[in-house]
Amino acid sequence: MSVDTSKVATSNTSAATANKPTKVGAAAEWADERLGLAAMGKKNLRKIFPDHWSFMLGEIALWSFVVLLVTGVFLTLWFRPSMAEVTYQGSYPNLRGISMSEAYSSALNISFDVRGGLLLRQMHHWAAMLFISAMMIHMLRVFFTGAHRKPRELNWVIGSLLLLLGTLEGFTGYSLPDDLLSGTGVRAADGFIQAIPIVGTYIGFFLFGGEFPGDAIIPRLYTIHVLLIPGILLGLVAAHMLLLVYHKHTQWAGPGRKETNVVGYPMLPVYAAKAGGFFFITFGVTAVMGAILSINPVWKFGPYDPTKVTAGSQPDWYMGWPDGALRIMPGWESHFWGSTWSWNIFIPVILMPMVSWMVVTSFPFLESWITGDKREHHLLQRPRNAPTRTGVMVAAMVWYAMFWLAGGNDIIAIKLHMSINQITYFLRAAVFLGPVIAFFITRRWCIALQRHDNEVLLHGYETGVIMRSAVGGYSEIHLPISEEKAYAITVRDRGPEGAGEADGPKANGKLTLRDKLRTLYYEDDVEKPTVEEIEAAHAHAAHAVEGGHDDAHAIEGGHDDARAIEGGHGEH
Amino acid sequence: MRLLNRSAGRLSRHRRGPIAGLVLLLLGLALSGGLYAAFSPSSSADTAEDQAAMAAKGRQLFLVSCAFCHGQNGEGLTSKDGKLIGPALAGVGAAAVDFQVGTGRMPMVQPGAQVQKKENVFSQDEINELAAYVASLAPGPAIPTKEDYSTDGLSAEEKQEAIVRGGQIFLTNCTACHNFTGEGGAMPRGGFAPKLLDTDPKHIYEAMLTGPQSMDSFSNGNLSPEMKRDVIAYIQSMKAQPGYGGFSLGNLGPVSEGLFAWIVGLGGLVGFAVWIAAHTARTNKKKGTAQ
Repeated sequence: MSVDTSKVATSNTSAATANKPTKVGAAAEWADERLGLAAMGKKNLRKIFPDHWSFMLGEIALWSFVVLLVTGVFLTLWFRPSMAEVTYQGSYPNLRGISMSEAYSSALNISFDVRGGLLLRQMHHWAAMLFISAMMIHMLRVFFTGAHRKPRELNWVIGSLLLLLGTLEGFTGYSLPDDLLSGTGVRAADGFIQAIPIVGTYIGFFLFGGEFPGDAIIPRLYTIHVLLIPGILLGLVAAHMLLLVYHKHTQWAGPGRKETNVVGYPMLPVYAAKAGGFFFITFGVTAVMGAILSINPVWKFGPYDPTKVTAGSQPDWYMGWPDGALRIMPGWESHFWGSTWSWNIFIPVILMPMVSWMVVTSFPFLESWITGDKREHHLLQRPRNAPTRTGVMVAAMVWYAMFWLAGGNDIIAIKLHMSINQITYFLRAAVFLGPVIAFFITRRWCIALQRHDNEVLLHGYETGVIMRSAVGGYSEIHLPISEEKAYAITVRDRGPEGAGEADGPKANGKLTLRDKLRTLYYEDDVEKPTVEEIEAAHAHAAHAVEGGHDDAHAIEGGHDDARAIEGGHGEH
Repeated sequence: MRLLNRSAGRLSRHRRGPIAGLVLLLLGLALSGGLYAAFSPSSSADTAEDQAAMAAKGRQLFLVSCAFCHGQNGEGLTSKDGKLIGPALAGVGAAAVDFQVGTGRMPMVQPGAQVQKKENVFSQDEINELAAYVASLAPGPAIPTKEDYSTDGLSAEEKQEAIVRGGQIFLTNCTACHNFTGEGGAMPRGGFAPKLLDTDPKHIYEAMLTGPQSMDSFSNGNLSPEMKRDVIAYIQSMKAQPGYGGFSLGNLGPVSEGLFAWIVGLGGLVGFAVWIAAHTARTNKKKGTAQ
């Protein structure tokens, strides 16, 4: 068949041209030609994030950090970080005519004479409390679900640096208003520094520019608070989130959710809307708290004066645990060659927090050393499937909580009508015994939950439907769980499977420390059932139902586990 | 007479007025109250005889309610193994009695870490009689009068100055135990510095003067009567102060703030996180008909 090429088309005679771009398109084109953002945006705006409420805890920290930056900038406009002495002449009547530092005077000024100043101050303080608490629960979530494992160990380290710096940032901010409470805190910090053996006095004199209180500490803390630490925090937050994007977010196991993929919704529009919305919610919660809940009422404390102190002098909650440790520490002190070693201060406030922080920071490395697991993990582990790890963290939480309680021992004493001495004695024991008890309870609890998982897998879930047989026996009908649930439960390793090789016995025939720890780590774990076991159980269940139908086998045979299962029988 | 008739007539016009009943009631109350005040026996003991009579009455009360621990002559009692049952009362003064009995601390219900405040079982007259008896044992501080602890006579400016001065004294001497707003604080072995905001000014004054239990006594040489008055003025001003920052959270400092941050703040935000995560993206609003 030939084509008649002599005929020329009479329509579509000109080449197709692109439509004139829209205004937005033109602007985007203009920007893209200069910034090259389209390629990056194309990839990253469609970045997938999985959906789970516990993945948003870190977001609370992020958004309260933003609130801190915004409110903090406002506060710097009026706060004067100076220890110069002035006479207060502002609006608060009960301190008028009193001489005080310029810092305290300007804090009063922000509270009473700057429009909206008190609201901003209170928002800033509440946001700080939320910032650190959100970081902590985010860290707990990461740890309990095993999200700190390879390849995310370094992000864990960044996170724990953020927690440390956040705490220091909080403390420096708490110290700035120079009221009686914060001044007492600075005085305590001076004591803590001096308790460092040998060099403490020198560090203290360097930091304070001489003897306490001097006139340098507030300006110096201010620089640290508004410049140094926030700068580092910003950098670390950026690194933390870049790594999050690079590693991809972890997800819970489920059908279609594998180590090699991420199932969820794209950044734009879903997460941009969700996360953006969450920012406004965080801002709103902080604003409501700032508006209706009084925090750090500096005017009630009066100006700082080293001769004064108030009952209920406590640090903010995140410093409460070293303070608690200090409160319950026995008054041990040694003298060597003319120098005083204040164990009573050095151990609880300097040594213990530092060692604890280092242990927490090295958790991922310690764990992978013990388990020998060097594989990448992108699926989360349920806390019950790592009983030892879960137990360790709960023990750590109890340990922390005991110190926390000790930090509020005086408030507990007056509010619960108890003796502060008895509380102290109790907590001295409880900080050691509590974690041990908590560890074993948690570990056994996890193992019990593992057993329960197996039970549900093999024999189905309890329907609550009781069946009475013809001979009068009763049994509860169990139905199989859905394939999806069964899949999610069974996505886990079998013991140390997939981890590294054991070291093997040493030359003297004994196990290495690592092998001993690894044995302990996996000890008493309940393995998930094998395929054969599941098939056998399902067959048995189906059989039990059939047996039930002719009123025989299951009940007569004395089976106390006469389990019924629907298994395709339409009668139920 | 005409004049009287005329004014009576004018008054009479109002006898069925809307406020006639109220006026009559008020007149009746004022008259009966005034007559009672004029003819009833005076409650204040002015003379030495009165004092002696009051002390005698007070002794009767003392024997019934106090002697069991303080001894029949207020000499104090110790148990066989040397434990103090009740201290000697010579020289504690009327102020101490008025404080201890007036706040219900005495007579004591049971020994313990600290004598607790409770409902007062004596009338003020009986307390005055008890105080007169104890004061008759040996000289001691007298019950302060309203002029001692009230700033009513001062001008507004002087009052404010007194409050500022009192605040400084309060922050120096009182906050270490009683907390920065007088909410109270813990003392060793189950003891506590009580909350001051609801305490009667007279009792605060007496406490400073006599130093009950583990409290220091602030004698007049230590804190002058004016200084005591100023401290009370400051406490009253803290009580009257509006909550500038919102709910005070018990005025307990950072412990209750931390509790609220965790429970209300973080708890609320986690709740919102759960809410947001529970409302996942929808491509089709009509779920049921999507198939």
